[in-house]
Amino acid sequence: MRAQITLLPDGRRLHMHDGPIDLIVEAFGSPAQVKLAYQSASQRFLNVLDELCSQLPALRTQASPHLPPMSGSTAKRMAAAVAPYADRTFITPMAAVAGAVAEEILDAMTSASTLFKAYVNDGGDIALHLAVEEQFVVGMVERPDRPSLFGTATIYSHQPIRGLATSGWGGRSFSLGIADAVTVLAHRASAADAAATLIANAVDLPNHPAIHRVPARNISPDSDLRDLLVTQNVGPLSPEDVNFALASGSALAAQLLEEGLIYAAALHLRGETRIVSAQDDLLTLTDCQTRSFVHA
Amino acid sequence: MPDDDAIRCDACPVLCYIKPGRTGACDRYGNRDGQLVRLDPHVLLDRAVSRGDSVVPFLEREGSWDGNIVPTFVTAIGAGTTYPDYKPAPFIISSQVDNVDMLTVVTEGIFSYCGVKLKIDTDRHLGPETNLVRAQGEPVGHVTTSEYGSQMLSLGGVRHLTGGSRHEGTVTCETLLNLCNGKAVELSIDDGATLTVQAGNPPVVDNVQEERMRVGCGSATIGMFAKQWFGKVDDVVVVDDHITGVLSEHQAGKLLGIAETGIKLKGRRSTPGRYFQVAEPGTAWGGTNIHDPLSILKDFNPKVAWPGLRLLMVSTTGEHHAYFELDEALHPILKDLPPALTESVARIKENCEPALCTVLFMGGAGGSLRAGVTENPVRLTHSVRDTLTRVTCGGAPVYVWPGGGITFMVDVSRMPQNAFGYVPTPALVAPIEFTLKLKDYAALGGYMDHVRSLDSLMSGQLRRHMSAHEANPWPLSSVKKQGEP
Repeated sequence: MRAQITLLPDGRRLHMHDGPIDLIVEAFGSPAQVKLAYQSASQRFLNVLDELCSQLPALRTQASPHLPPMSGSTAKRMAAAVAPYADRTFITPMAAVAGAVAEEILDAMTSASTLFKAYVNDGGDIALHLAVEEQFVVGMVERPDRPSLFGTATIYSHQPIRGLATSGWGGRSFSLGIADAVTVLAHRASAADAAATLIANAVDLPNHPAIHRVPARNISPDSDLRDLLVTQNVGPLSPEDVNFALASGSALAAQLLEEGLIYAAALHLRGETRIVSAQDDLLTLTDCQTRSFVHA
Repeated sequence: MPDDDAIRCDACPVLCYIKPGRTGACDRYGNRDGQLVRLDPHVLLDRAVSRGDSVVPFLEREGSWDGNIVPTFVTAIGAGTTYPDYKPAPFIISSQVDNVDMLTVVTEGIFSYCGVKLKIDTDRHLGPETNLVRAQGEPVGHVTTSEYGSQMLSLGGVRHLTGGSRHEGTVTCETLLNLCNGKAVELSIDDGATLTVQAGNPPVVDNVQEERMRVGCGSATIGMFAKQWFGKVDDVVVVDDHITGVLSEHQAGKLLGIAETGIKLKGRRSTPGRYFQVAEPGTAWGGTNIHDPLSILKDFNPKVAWPGLRLLMVSTTGEHHAYFELDEALHPILKDLPPALTESVARIKENCEPALCTVLFMGGAGGSLRAGVTENPVRLTHSVRDTLTRVTCGGAPVYVWPGGGITFMVDVSRMPQNAFGYVPTPALVAPIEFTLKLKDYAALGGYMDHVRSLDSLMSGQLRRHMSAHEANPWPLSSVKKQGEP
């Protein structure tokens, strides 16, 4: 069997890995219900990658209402997540793949068991389940691939937020922008994933000489981004540059907030952070001075 | 769709086309020179000398080596850390060595308290002691106490990594990472030189590649070569930023009966024939700032000197040399180096070892890393102190600094390539392995229920085998038995 599913040494969390998919899953509930949840998640996980790969060409195509509907529940989640953007920008369902997979596995757990709460973390794109009166504190990382908290988000069951996603140019996916990280809270993980991708693209300095970009295809011949220029390196930026780029991204985030597509976004570039949020206390930034480091 | 040079990865159904030097969607498989390779493999060292071209006669080896009995040591490279928590916990591996159950705990530590001690073999003045060393304009360390024939830089440390600006930390981390992974780094020193340094390579100082270390200080050079000069020249000045030596005044010259020459040097005389501070430090003759050696001489004493007096001036590396003879007015006139002296200058050069940059990584294994090994971290420290536990870094031997904690130094050139990583804290990620007897591990409160066999690791595909570095002691051999002195 290709997929690897193991309980982590803490005995609580499930690690699921298949090809480019790498998930950390944790369910909270009675031992019997957690077991049920993990069995269901594992069962569902075995086919997710094959299902997605069977329609990769379509998933790598510009989203449009005129295309035939996707088959398979994960692909449907991806298509639905990018649909609101289909007529205004270049976006393919792949922009929401991580969030959609997280949702799919979470759904498999919650439909098979009764849990207090649960999460599925797909490389920083997280789907949440919260029963009444429950809450999650989620750390926001500076770059999607590495841990260094710059803030936290506390999500309560009475809020409509059930998904988070983080995007940036240093992560595993390509970005058209220069954001170190954009974290988005939305009603579901796939929606957060698509929005984070677009806001991270918008944190940008067009034609800036310090930014090295190359056509996506030059790096990855089968990228859905084809000949679009993707960020490969960001050199020195002036404080004005950082302000301008964050302002561009914040403007898009504010618009998406207005449209009800997201609930909050934290944009991070070169140690500067901008918060766009429906509520003041949704996101809490860690003060630089009190930031705690992980020591060896 | 596929480029000519791209390869198709069949590790999973995504079937990525991967260009050379790139990775697939998973970031785990990549195209290295047309070969599909797992790029974050867990590195295992095999105790076989350079497989395929061993120093052991081939036939003998063929008879005794069946591939399965090659002792294997599991390094921490690619093992992952206990943090971030989505990575697996450190591996705790048991193996049998000489019928004793040995155990190695491997983890990749995140070192916020770490840095690099850089030894640069040069007599050239790189910059005043304690001045800042910069990379990309950001302070990343300082000039520290110089050593015999070498200038020393201390780079990194928690103050530059996390105590300064964000950018300072990022640049410091990048500089340490590149140096530790054997890459070339450009540094500049405030009021000093610009350098290109790379572990195991000659330093480049102000665009000039250093070639040789000095054979000794100016005075020592006089002592070493006095006999070879005797009779071939009347006086020799060995120019050195530290101690400039004068043959006729030096004890070595006196013993040979070399006559006084009336030579007078600038600078401060220490003992006969030994002068401090003949010039300012610099990158010219003997690590001084002088380009004209005569500038360190005063007029010869006319009561002692004589027309035709033969004088050799040479730097401590033999790199600079000039031969003079005094005219009727007792002024030194530059002449070609006589063949009889060519040999001694060449000998000085020959005795100077190749100048290198050497990089020692220094870090401290803190509480949480040690807690990944045992429930009672201080017992690990004690066990290392008592040499029951051997610490290695990517399989390379380390020097554990005496006193509290586990602060160690390792020569990065003895570690496998690209053994270091980073987190944007910023901090360096370095492999660290603790090897000890299984029963000692149990005694210090180890996680016995997490111990897994070496065989269990061999069945996965997440590993890469490398030959152990020939110069390194085998990490699993001769860890002291408990109770032994």
